[in-house]
Amino acid sequence: MLEITGVVAGYGRGDVLHGVSLSVPEDGVSAVLGHNGAGKSTLLRTALGLLRPREGRVLLDGEDITRLPAHRRVRRGMAYVPQGQQSFPQLTAMENLRLVADGRKDGHAALAEALDLFPALRGAAGRRAGLLSGGQRQQLALARALITRPRLLLLDEPTEGIQPSVVAEIQRTVLELSGRGGLSVLLVEQHVGFALRAAGRYYVLEAGRVTSSGAGDADAEQAVRRALSV
Amino acid sequence: MTVILTQAFTGVSIGAVLLLIALGLSLTFGQMGVINMAHGEFIMAGAYTVYMLQGPIHSAGFSLLVALPVAFAVAGAMGVLLEWLLIRRLYTRPLDTLLVTWGVSLMLQQLARDLFGAPNVHTEAPDWLSGRVTLIGGDDPLTLAHARLFILGLALAAVVALTLTLRLTPLGRRIRAVVQHRDLAEASGIPTARVDRVTFLIGSGLAGLAGVALTLVGPIGPTMGTNVIIDAFLVVVVGGIGQLKGAVIAAFALGVLQSVLEYSTTVSVARVVVLVAIVAFLQWRPQGIHTVRTRSLA
Repeated sequence: MLEITGVVAGYGRGDVLHGVSLSVPEDGVSAVLGHNGAGKSTLLRTALGLLRPREGRVLLDGEDITRLPAHRRVRRGMAYVPQGQQSFPQLTAMENLRLVADGRKDGHAALAEALDLFPALRGAAGRRAGLLSGGQRQQLALARALITRPRLLLLDEPTEGIQPSVVAEIQRTVLELSGRGGLSVLLVEQHVGFALRAAGRYYVLEAGRVTSSGAGDADAEQAVRRALSV
Repeated sequence: MTVILTQAFTGVSIGAVLLLIALGLSLTFGQMGVINMAHGEFIMAGAYTVYMLQGPIHSAGFSLLVALPVAFAVAGAMGVLLEWLLIRRLYTRPLDTLLVTWGVSLMLQQLARDLFGAPNVHTEAPDWLSGRVTLIGGDDPLTLAHARLFILGLALAAVVALTLTLRLTPLGRRIRAVVQHRDLAEASGIPTARVDRVTFLIGSGLAGLAGVALTLVGPIGPTMGTNVIIDAFLVVVVGGIGQLKGAVIAAFALGVLQSVLEYSTTVSVARVVVLVAIVAFLQWRPQGIHTVRTRSLA
C-alpha cells in the first residue's frame, strides 16, 4: 500500500534519514522501532508529506505521491497521529473533531463512530483540548484521524507519556482497528513488546538507516532487543 | 465638560477605524506570521473605491452603501493577489516579507498618484450622514455626528461578524486551527494554503471597509494609508498579537486618549504622550493587554 524508497530527508542542512526504504502492506500493522533521534518521527512526517524528501520517492497504491501536499494525501486515505498528544489547544474537543468532519460527506456519521470508539470524549466535548489530560488528548488525536476514514494510519508513539491506565486501552484500540481489515497501520513505538505483538512486520531504524527488518514473529523480539541494545 | 465628551466620542470613532484596520492586520499576522506593510494601501484602495463609485452613482448615500461590499472585494482581491504572488513564497523569511511588502506599498502609492493625481480628492457625504444627534441641548450641547456614529456601527458590525465567523463556522474553525497548529491542520486534511488565502481576503477586505469609513471624516489621498497604519500597528502590539479582545480595548483606548489629549494640549504633544504611554505600557506588559499562552507544540 505504502512504499518508501531511498528517502533522504531532514531539517535545515542536516539529513536525518539517509536512504530509508520500507513498505507497508495492505492490512495489518508494520512497526518502526528505534532509539530516540533515529529518525522515526521524521520518517512518518516524510511519509505524510509534512516534510519533502531531498531524494527518494513515496508511493501510495503504486502511485508517486512524493510531491503531493499532506492534506491531499489525507484525502487519499492517509491519516497521521503525531507524537505528544498534539491537538488544537484553543479549540474544544468537539471543535477538534468537527474541524476534520466539516466538508466530508460522511462526516457526521464518522464523527459519531469516533465518539462511540472513545466514549470518554463525549464528556469532554465542550472543554478546550489544551486542558484535557494526556490520555484524553491522545484519544482525541486518534478520533480525529479516524474521522477521515483512513486506509493507512501513521501512528507516532501512541502510548508515550500517557498514564498506564489509558495505555492499555489505546493499545487495545490499535489492535482492534488493525484487526478489522481495510486499515493498514505504520506504527512507531518504543514499547518493543507491544509493537511486535501488534506488527506483522518490523523495521529497526538506527541513525537514519534501516539496520534490520523482519516478520513480527516469536523470534523477532530477541532479535530486535539485541539490535537495539548495542 | 461636554466638550471633552464630544472629543472622547470623536476618539471612539477613530478607534473604530483603527480597530477595523488592526483586526485585518492581526488576522494576517496571526495566520502566517507576516507583517504586511502594504495593508495601509488596501485602506487607500477602499477609499478610492468610494471616489470611483461616486462618478457613475449620483446618489452619495447609495454609492456609499454600494462601496462597502465593493471596497471589501477590491481590497480583499489585492490582498489575495499579494499573498499569492509574493507572501506565500517568503513566509519562512519574515524580514524579507517586511521589505517586500513595504516595496509593494510604495508602488501602490505611486500607482494611486498616476491614476488619481497627487492632490487629495474629496467625496460627497450623503445627507443622512451630515447631521448630528443632540444628546444634551442648551448652552453646552453634547452632539454626535451621524458620520461618526455610522463608522462606529460599521466597525462594531465587522467585529461581530468576524467573531461569529471565527467562532461558529467551519471556515472559522479552519482559520483558528491553522493559526494554532499549522502542521497538524495540514496533517488533518485541511488545505492550509487555501485557508491562508481566505484569511488574507478577509483581513485585507476589512482594510477596504476602513478606507470607506475614512472617506467620511477626511480627504482621500495616496498616502492616507501610511498615516493611519502606524496607529493600527500600535493597536495590534498593545492589544496582544492575534487577540481580538485585546485589539478592541487597545483601539478604543488609543483613539480616545489621542483625541482627548489633542484637545487639552496640541496634536504633537498628544502624540508624544500617547507614544510614551505605549512604551511604558509595553515595559509593564510586553505581551500586550490580552494574551493566551498556547502550549508550544513541535
